[in-house]
Amino acid sequence: MSRRIDWPAHVVLGLGVLLFVLPLWLVLAGSTQDPAAISRGDISLVPNLAGFGVYASILREGSPGTGPVWRMLLVSFAMAVSIALGKIVISILSAYAVTFFRFPFRMTAFWTIFITLMLPVEVRIVPTYSVMSDLGLINTFPGLTIPLIASATATLLFRQTFLVIPDELVEAARMDGAGPWRFLKDILIPVSSSNLAALFVILFVYGWNQYLWPLLVATTPQLDTIVIGIVKMIGTETQTEWNRVMATAVLALLPPVAVVILMQRWFVRGLTDGEK
Amino acid sequence: MERRTIFPGRAFPILLVLPQLLLTAVFFLWPAGQAIRSSMTRADPFGIRTTFVGAENFQDLFTDPLYIDSIGRTVVFCAAVCLLSMGVALLLAVCADREIRGRGWYRVMLIWPYAVAPAVAAVLWILLLHPQIGLVGRWLNRHGVAWDYKLNSTQAMAVVIGAAAWKQVSYNFIFFLAGLQSIPKAVIEAARMDGAKGLFRFRTVVLPLLMPTVFFLIVVNLVYAAFDTFGTIQALTQGGPGKSTETLVVKVFRDGLINLDVGGSSAQSVVLMAGVIVLTALQFRFLGRKSDA
Repeated sequence: MSRRIDWPAHVVLGLGVLLFVLPLWLVLAGSTQDPAAISRGDISLVPNLAGFGVYASILREGSPGTGPVWRMLLVSFAMAVSIALGKIVISILSAYAVTFFRFPFRMTAFWTIFITLMLPVEVRIVPTYSVMSDLGLINTFPGLTIPLIASATATLLFRQTFLVIPDELVEAARMDGAGPWRFLKDILIPVSSSNLAALFVILFVYGWNQYLWPLLVATTPQLDTIVIGIVKMIGTETQTEWNRVMATAVLALLPPVAVVILMQRWFVRGLTDGEK
Repeated sequence: MERRTIFPGRAFPILLVLPQLLLTAVFFLWPAGQAIRSSMTRADPFGIRTTFVGAENFQDLFTDPLYIDSIGRTVVFCAAVCLLSMGVALLLAVCADREIRGRGWYRVMLIWPYAVAPAVAAVLWILLLHPQIGLVGRWLNRHGVAWDYKLNSTQAMAVVIGAAAWKQVSYNFIFFLAGLQSIPKAVIEAARMDGAKGLFRFRTVVLPLLMPTVFFLIVVNLVYAAFDTFGTIQALTQGGPGKSTETLVVKVFRDGLINLDVGGSSAQSVVLMAGVIVLTALQFRFLGRKSDA
């Protein structure tokens, strides 16, 4: 192998990194600057260290027309965690049932779950809204989370993991007197823990990034997620205090990005394994 | 594939699948059924009575030039997003697969945008391309390009495509890189020894082996572009100026919740469901092929 520096690859990758980092850097630098200067178009790529106070201020007060940002972050966080955990629990249970048991209508149950893959919210906006209002779930936190918890993808993934668990392991557990519940809790879940970690990252990001669903079912400002909040801020373009908008954008993307970077190894493997 | 070892019991497993089935029935099957039912009815102007009209809503839909336009626009949008995000991702993945310094670092820097919400990606782009405050937008205007994506429909489409594709590059990059790394080094070495060079080797050896990943990603990207970009478009242009960035999903939203045309919007939902079913079927065909390989 030659030890020469591979310039073309470095140039292409460098440009790629720039393409992703530049918008983020611009927003980060912009958030610390004087809003009047930004409105005039005098945005500098050098952050103004004195301007970082804007973060404390938006966390407490938000922007005109929205609630405080800490609240939106809290709603987003609660939503993302509930959806991720809810999906994982419900999918483990149903995947366990369809792979390790025989019961009437087993395949019907499996296909019914599978069908949800074909019915994203985006294609059934109006009827879903009317079902939600019949159930009195509009503008409630359960309404924001519970309908998104059913998951064909997670169920399929766990089913695949469970299918390749060696028969010997199951037999050994049975001989040691482990019942079905014990087997799930003490053997199956620990064995699939790396899948669990990967899935948690993917589902947390999915939950955090929801836009259409909260737009549909939660119209009170109390339930604004950070993603909804930032789009609202952009919408009121007269008198926009751009530094506040930019600071909110930074806070909106920081948590999911941090989760992905910190759990990168599990996340990448989980994503690419899951699709096989 | 089925398991050989199984646990006895009937009530217990049914109890285990019940929560998932209940959610599916209430939040997926019921609304989907409603969509099909109300796609065949029409409300009077006061919303008091609905009458059964059969396939009339669908006839109206496919003879409505606005709907046909929206289909065309969605096809252009999806194709462009797919091509752009996959092309860039493939180029980056090929470079990141080489033995170069700082590989790990490059990878992290290219993977993080996966986590950015489509709507937030749109916000980043607004701040870059805004005609008055955006760095690029202002630069264009200063250099004699009349840039305002809120007024110019071609520019609006370009911005929406760019923002949607930008966000998807990471996802494609992850899969292309995994695909490239699963190609046995011996195959590449053999091609090298046979004198196959650079681009020729890529086209004749690497690309054919990468084809399952390519097909899989095409389907995933089409689904992403068609459905998940609602937030991007809503944040950037709300479908405007005029209707120039109104894709099918934006139109369902506008007609159903803003113009309150329940029958028409439901008919559109049913058409979209048919589209998703076709795409999902395709996806599983390619998935099957991928796991065979």
